[in-house]
Amino acid sequence: MHRQLKNLRHVMSPLDLSVEELDHIMELAADMEKNPGKYAHVCDGMKLATLFYEPSTRTRLSFETAMLNMGGNVIGFHSGNTSSATKGESVADTIRVVSCFADICAMRHPKEGAPMVAASKSSIPVINAGDGGHQHPTQTLADLMTIRQTKGRLSNMTVGICGDLKFGRTVHSLISALVRYPGIRFVLISPEELKLPSYVKEEHLDPNHIEYKEVIRLEDALPDLDILYMTRVQKERFFNEDDYIRMKDFYILNEEKMKLAPKDMYVLHPLPRVNEISVDVDDDPRAAYFKQVYWGMYMRMALMFTLLELEVK
Amino acid sequence: MLNVGSIEQGFVLDHIKAGKAMTIYHDLRLDQLDCCVAMIMNARSSKMGRKDIIKVECPVDQLDLNIVGFIDPNITINVIEHGEIVEKKALGLPKEIRNVIKCKNPRCITSIEQGLDQVFILTDPEHAVYRCKYCEEKYHGHRRD
Ligand SMILES: [Zn+2]
Repeated sequence: MHRQLKNLRHVMSPLDLSVEELDHIMELAADMEKNPGKYAHVCDGMKLATLFYEPSTRTRLSFETAMLNMGGNVIGFHSGNTSSATKGESVADTIRVVSCFADICAMRHPKEGAPMVAASKSSIPVINAGDGGHQHPTQTLADLMTIRQTKGRLSNMTVGICGDLKFGRTVHSLISALVRYPGIRFVLISPEELKLPSYVKEEHLDPNHIEYKEVIRLEDALPDLDILYMTRVQKERFFNEDDYIRMKDFYILNEEKMKLAPKDMYVLHPLPRVNEISVDVDDDPRAAYFKQVYWGMYMRMALMFTLLELEVK
Repeated sequence: MLNVGSIEQGFVLDHIKAGKAMTIYHDLRLDQLDCCVAMIMNARSSKMGRKDIIKVECPVDQLDLNIVGFIDPNITINVIEHGEIVEKKALGLPKEIRNVIKCKNPRCITSIEQGLDQVFILTDPEHAVYRCKYCEEKYHGHRRD
């Protein structure tokens, strides 16, 4: 039988956590990193189920490592071995079955809203580990923690977001999470075709009176930024080949462009990257994209610790 | 106009767009109600040219009429008690709509999960914006037939 909780909670979107709760989780994650021994057995005898209906090796390994670091075990499936486990079975039935085995669940699904269906039928906490183009809350948690750890704060800064701002779900999530902190300004860097959709502006930027500007070239924005969040611009997103050829270099970050950036402007990227950050940036102390992976794991630890209502003795 | 006997207790849904009475009959799930329903179709109307009317004989608390406000805000509802109109019901928008419209997002879980209700939540009453409970796909305004 799984762990009995006072308050069963699920995390579908980063906004399911209040700013205060997020602060607490980030403090916890920082403590976990500093004192791993203190948390090494808090999940003894517990199990995380990773239900991955589509591959995402990095996210799955991060969740699994997080559980192992707390002394727990991992069960689950990931596409490739889903064959008999889930073929034809509804998400609702799968989670009811898994609730009999595991204490907490991380679900990745290509269909949007699938983790919410699971949550509505589950007796264990469900964490959305990415549902189609919809939400991926633990990625946003990793992003916020990395900003906090590199800059020492989450308020009063100018955040540049570069690349595909139209379809990038991580971008929309990050914006919705950051506007809750005071003094945040955005510089939105993208080709015309891939500008931030107006509904994101109407829902998150305008009602919070967030200052932002839109620019076409990364170079124009770099000198003013505290954080640069890079995403990939895919060739297929352009209307025509000429535009792509003309503009593709605008959105590639390299050593040369990094010279234009302040000494304390950190670079984030949700990974995997292709060529939008050239490898010559990797050794720059401002390259923080692998730190995001690092902090992402601690945030998943802290999130599971919180949802499981654990305490350190 | 074709006369259908007046009702003692219940509702009269008036100013239904001509030809739509049957759809509304199903949306309100009147077929599942143990009561007498009269439908007048294609009646003459000074306001609309032609219109449909539905009369439902049932206790007034037995029917959730909120959904009518979503289907067509031009429909008027008269509440009848002891054979007389006691109230002209103002139609608001329902906070939640279940199994009346379908999510159009092909990537939505409602497109494959069996036995899952189609649920839309009113997220912006001022602009009549509904969103799919699962994928947050927008549905703007009233039902378009
Ligand atoms: Zn949907």
